[in-house]
Amino acid sequence: MDFQGQVFLEALTSQSLIRGVQITVALTVVSFAAGLVMGLVLAVMRDSRLRVLRALSWTYIWIFRGIPTLIQLFIVWQALPQLFPALREQWFSPFLASAIALAFNEAAYAAEILRGGLLSVDEGQRVAARALGMPPFSVFRRVIAPQLTRVTIPPMANDFITLLKITSLASVTSLRELMTNTQAAVSSSFRFAEWYGAAAIYYLVLVSIFMLGQSWLERRYVWTSQARGPRSLIRAIGR
Amino acid sequence: MTGHILDEAAIRELAATPATEFVIEARDVWKRYGSNDVLQGVSLGVHRGDVKAILGPSGSGKSTFLRCLGLLEPIDRGEVHLEGARVGVRESRGRFVPLAERHLARQRTDIGMVFQRFNLFPHLSAVGNVMIGLTEVRGMSESDARTTANVMLDRVGLGKRASFYPSELSGGQQQRVAIARALVMHPKVMLFDEPTSALDPELVGEVLTVMEELAREGMTMIVVTHEIGFARDVAGRVVMMDEGRIIEDAAPDEFFSHPREERTRRFLEAVRS
Repeated sequence: MDFQGQVFLEALTSQSLIRGVQITVALTVVSFAAGLVMGLVLAVMRDSRLRVLRALSWTYIWIFRGIPTLIQLFIVWQALPQLFPALREQWFSPFLASAIALAFNEAAYAAEILRGGLLSVDEGQRVAARALGMPPFSVFRRVIAPQLTRVTIPPMANDFITLLKITSLASVTSLRELMTNTQAAVSSSFRFAEWYGAAAIYYLVLVSIFMLGQSWLERRYVWTSQARGPRSLIRAIGR
Repeated sequence: MTGHILDEAAIRELAATPATEFVIEARDVWKRYGSNDVLQGVSLGVHRGDVKAILGPSGSGKSTFLRCLGLLEPIDRGEVHLEGARVGVRESRGRFVPLAERHLARQRTDIGMVFQRFNLFPHLSAVGNVMIGLTEVRGMSESDARTTANVMLDRVGLGKRASFYPSELSGGQQQRVAIARALVMHPKVMLFDEPTSALDPELVGEVLTVMEELAREGMTMIVVTHEIGFARDVAGRVVMMDEGRIIEDAAPDEFFSHPREERTRRFLEAVRS
């Protein structure tokens, strides 16, 4: 078997992979956060009393879930600059283009998760909050949002992990994220097993760290008098 | 004077309305869902310190009526008055239009509501549930609100349960927290929507005791209930609703021993058996 441990270790500790990991994480976090905010707006629109808003939201979700993410990346990075010369400038960077494409894509998925979450919050909660005289924004922030968060943590975490891996598609925009840098190293060294292995380990480590974060978050959303206490990562590991 | 449940300020506030005036009044209230006329001209007024019990079969419109009084549902026709002032609407070019939600919110603070299924906020402890109205609506500081809420919980007998979450409380305890959550806002009237219907039989008593004490201390109350005993012993008037109308309104003695309406008689037989 031809597996060179030395090359593998070099790959793991190489500047290009470490730098790639940083960009991958940044891209994931930025597109997830933006997608979440857009998704919340879409989710609320989806059950709006106004037919126009419902239709808009439905159409958005239909398009952005329906078209392969890879094509969406190509559209934003290559087709749009062809159509709009303003996008051929320096500021329209691979990172920006990738973040836009992935955020728009993520929003469609987040919208559906959040809509399910909103439907799962008992109507009596909203009624009780309104009966206390709470204005609409307070009702959402103090009563609906915490319950929405709790039920959507697992599907959202799933979605986040998927997104983290989908960022590897951003290599088509020449963004120097983890996958791009791995491929570059492979094409000059022809050491496939070592470099792809190292990249796989980095993705695994990232997902594992994130899963710890998820357990920690889920613990914070257990509503009993005993569950309070120090909310440490160590306790999350203990699960 | 301080009661067991209400503090001095609350009792003074309640006493400020003349006893002859209706604290809350519905005038010819109509409400339709789709093609179903749930309320068909309901009129009802409650004087200060009075307790009205509303009885009736399910689907008679009792709960809808209470939600309309509580400004949680817009009404199609008729008027709701709180201490003589019309609420839930504003005048615009000579016509009355429903108020925007944030203005309705302000008017709702004068009306306390208690629900069949408690509707406590599961992510907040008992004291958190009682505080939230004070901090979010009354603009009270966190620490003042906590102190006030703890006193209120103590008064409904739950001082030792303040840090418990709803999932850790019995149904009777949850409903008492819900009563405290409404009372802490110093409402002018309390509306109870079948407050004991979701409780195990052995837990009904502790909730009714709190409600009786409240009535004794002069709280104005409307109680939708199936508890005949409570209606007979605590209510000043008992009202029978059927098919979206009030068909009988009498003092408890008369209501239970000589109901005028055949419908009332049949209903009472059914619930007693």
